[in-house]
Amino acid sequence: MTTTKDKYKKVAYYPGCALEGTGHAYNRSTKAIGKELGLDLVEVKNWNCCGAMEVKNVDPKLQTYLSSRVMSVAANEMDMDVVMAPCNGCYHNLKKAEYDLANDKESADVVDKLSKKAGHKTYESGQVETIHALDWIKDTIGEDGLKERVKNSLEGIKVANYYGCMYTRPRHIFPEKDAGPGSESTSKPHFMDDLLAAAGAENVDFPLKTACCGGAHTLSDSDMSTKLVLNILKAAKLAGADVIATECPTCHTGLEMHQIRAEKTLGVSVDIKILYFTQLLGMALGLKPKKVGVHENISNSLRFLKEKGLA
Amino acid sequence: MTPLSKIESAIEAVPEDADPQSAADALLKLCEEVIEHWVIAKGDSPTDDTREGFRLLALHRQGAKGDPSFNACRETCREIAYHYNLITSEPEAAETTDRVAMMKMISNHLNLFISGKMQVAALGDFCCSSKPIRLAPEVKNETSRKQIRKEA
Repeated sequence: MTTTKDKYKKVAYYPGCALEGTGHAYNRSTKAIGKELGLDLVEVKNWNCCGAMEVKNVDPKLQTYLSSRVMSVAANEMDMDVVMAPCNGCYHNLKKAEYDLANDKESADVVDKLSKKAGHKTYESGQVETIHALDWIKDTIGEDGLKERVKNSLEGIKVANYYGCMYTRPRHIFPEKDAGPGSESTSKPHFMDDLLAAAGAENVDFPLKTACCGGAHTLSDSDMSTKLVLNILKAAKLAGADVIATECPTCHTGLEMHQIRAEKTLGVSVDIKILYFTQLLGMALGLKPKKVGVHENISNSLRFLKEKGLA
Repeated sequence: MTPLSKIESAIEAVPEDADPQSAADALLKLCEEVIEHWVIAKGDSPTDDTREGFRLLALHRQGAKGDPSFNACRETCREIAYHYNLITSEPEAAETTDRVAMMKMISNHLNLFISGKMQVAALGDFCCSSKPIRLAPEVKNETSRKQIRKEA
């Protein structure tokens, strides 16, 4: 029988638009740790946008189709049964599409019609399982596996783990969460905390770990986004963190950009580093900062990483 | 009730190093008022019920009815209740001043989140998981969407 661990060792990799742009460091670090850990990422061929967030606001069923196409390519053209999406927006949208196709005939009809028009096989609910990068590492390597592989412990680094709002919401599209021991929690997510603790980091108690970062408001009301981010940065600092670890390119970019904007427009500077969890794990596994894209982050954390013996 | 535009400064004005019980009470009350604004704007009367001993949690449930994206502040409300309990059950603890400061930040987050939701186009949505409330009126129903798809 194939275990989850075996199943996740080779997955269809769906980076999504953000990881080819502002979130490139996340792309680079995800691939780097996959390689280091002997996990196989096969990029979804000719993938398209998942429909976040603009399409969903205009026509939710069109978003369902766009996300379903990604899963259709993975299942029907690549013969893969797991899609790994590191971006919270993509992950959320694929899960939402999966839920809609299983529970809403009208969505299934729209997807079938558009798939035929586009000339590819219609995605059938259940053909693939969509997972996040956190599930991928947690279920293949796990905390014990990480502990064995750590070369540069993250000891001495205090981390506030920030999951953002889309990793766990809405609860009904994540049936595998809140499913008893070992599963992820939708109210107090902990997979990132678990993995970074296994790599030696000290996690702080961070009450805003699933709070809104104002990402969707960045263009329409930048001041509101800046205030929301500033609040997150200050709360993490008050909790004692040196670093905010992220697992979503939108949140990450928002935190970095509004950290700078807060300084420029409000004159408030919060000295806290922002790094993807994959970057922290990569450095713990012995990879150089450049290998995990630290130079691609907006904020400069090299001096801090040198002080902590990671660079 | 404190006007929504004044709540941010009211939260900021709560002293961190004064009586912790009073600070926690004041913050909890302001947070309830934030959600009351939301509930009233939706045309309902704010509930006086409590959930798990907190009116704030009952108000959150009321505010989220029919609006799943409002749940993005569910944990924020629960953290406010948690910090209230921490502060009031251990007022002499060495961490109390920091706990009040943290409760202020969480309260401010709730205020900013709901203020953001309120300011967009007459109670529009600003959450990523929002329903399509920003659509032009003629595109708001499913029939119109079908027409658009057909024309495409």
